[in-house]
Amino acid sequence: MRTLEQELEQLPFTQGLRPEHRALIAGCAKNRAFREGSYVFRTGDPADTFYLLRTGRVALEVYGPTRGALTVQTLGPGDILGWSWLFEPYVTSFDARVVSDTRTVAFDGACLRRKAEEDHELGYQLMRGMAQVFTDRLEATRMQLLDVYGDHAQR
Amino acid sequence: MPSADGQACALVPRAATVGRVWQETHDTWSLELEDTDAPQAQPGQFNMLYAFGVGEVPISFSGDLSDPTRPLHTIRAVGAVTRALCALTPGSSLGVRGPFGVGWPLDAARGGDVVVLAGGIGLAPLRPLLYAALASRGDFGRVVLLYGSRTPADLLYPAELDAWRAASELEVFVTVDAASPEWRGDVGVVTNLVAKAGLDPTRTTAFSCGPEIMMTFCARRLQTLGVPDTKVHVSLERNMKCALGWCGRCQLGSELVCRDGPVLPFAQAAPLMATREL
Repeated sequence: MRTLEQELEQLPFTQGLRPEHRALIAGCAKNRAFREGSYVFRTGDPADTFYLLRTGRVALEVYGPTRGALTVQTLGPGDILGWSWLFEPYVTSFDARVVSDTRTVAFDGACLRRKAEEDHELGYQLMRGMAQVFTDRLEATRMQLLDVYGDHAQR
Repeated sequence: MPSADGQACALVPRAATVGRVWQETHDTWSLELEDTDAPQAQPGQFNMLYAFGVGEVPISFSGDLSDPTRPLHTIRAVGAVTRALCALTPGSSLGVRGPFGVGWPLDAARGGDVVVLAGGIGLAPLRPLLYAALASRGDFGRVVLLYGSRTPADLLYPAELDAWRAASELEVFVTVDAASPEWRGDVGVVTNLVAKAGLDPTRTTAFSCGPEIMMTFCARRLQTLGVPDTKVHVSLERNMKCALGWCGRCQLGSELVCRDGPVLPFAQAAPLMATREL
């Protein structure tokens, strides 16, 4: 059985960290599993946890009163789930519905923030990794907003 | 080089008949034609289809090309001509010229992995390439399809996607831009699939068709992985009229898309696609 530190060595978000930093944040982490159909969190819940997905699939959903739930993105193995734990007021903005049984490494958000404050090199590396995720997701969102498959070409 | 007479003949449509028609999605139909005098076509090439009294448009081949006399075209009804073509019924006549253009260089991928990146209706011109790769499956390593669409209802050939998945000769990754909770597949843009597929950049030859923005983002993502632009091939769409490189309507810099394309290496196409004046 692999330890949490070994798990973190395999996950894309944490594999680039220095071993001592992985050991440091492993102290904030535990394994958590979610059953299909359950919710990791709901809109408006306290954002106190940061998840790295090991297996399974989670759908990020927004609920509209006249449209019902709409899936805006699905996340799978290797993806991160949740960044609202980084910024006040630490409240989630989406529903995270479990599409298929999912195993995660779950970090205590307050613990991570504290360790990042105490060790700014760790904080920089974490924020650098998060910035890459923000960039990728912003680019993807822009593509979705462009609606590139819409009726733009007329013949 | 065809003779002047031969080229002149290429401007005259031959009469073909619609054999079968079926609806693929809410705005897309497939037409199987009976075109007895049709020359052999290659994956990635196109025909000029003429809806009598309405107009002529370039439409890529989208079926199995082993029988050239029964070409298949998948058409999205977005304008006057395509709407007229999609409204044709079995037994109707239409005009056909072609095949035209440069197709997909599948031979460049032999011995390596074939990676197909399709967006929306862009899967249609790539399907003959997939058929060709599957027909000589032993010549290739992985054959991977990364396909993005607007919603689950807009996916082309869903039954065939399932069959390909089940047959395991082809790895199929599908994503949609938006979906309701009933959809159990991926939601997100097609570029997300590039990372998910676990590609080996040293073995990858990529073929991409879809909106130009999508193709550009896909090529950039492949480049980040280490796939050079010379090994990424894209299919361009411009306002083609003569399809012979005479009229210049489809000129894109130094290229005439109807004659020198529609398939070009991304290394050649990228600077042209990025030039606003073209």
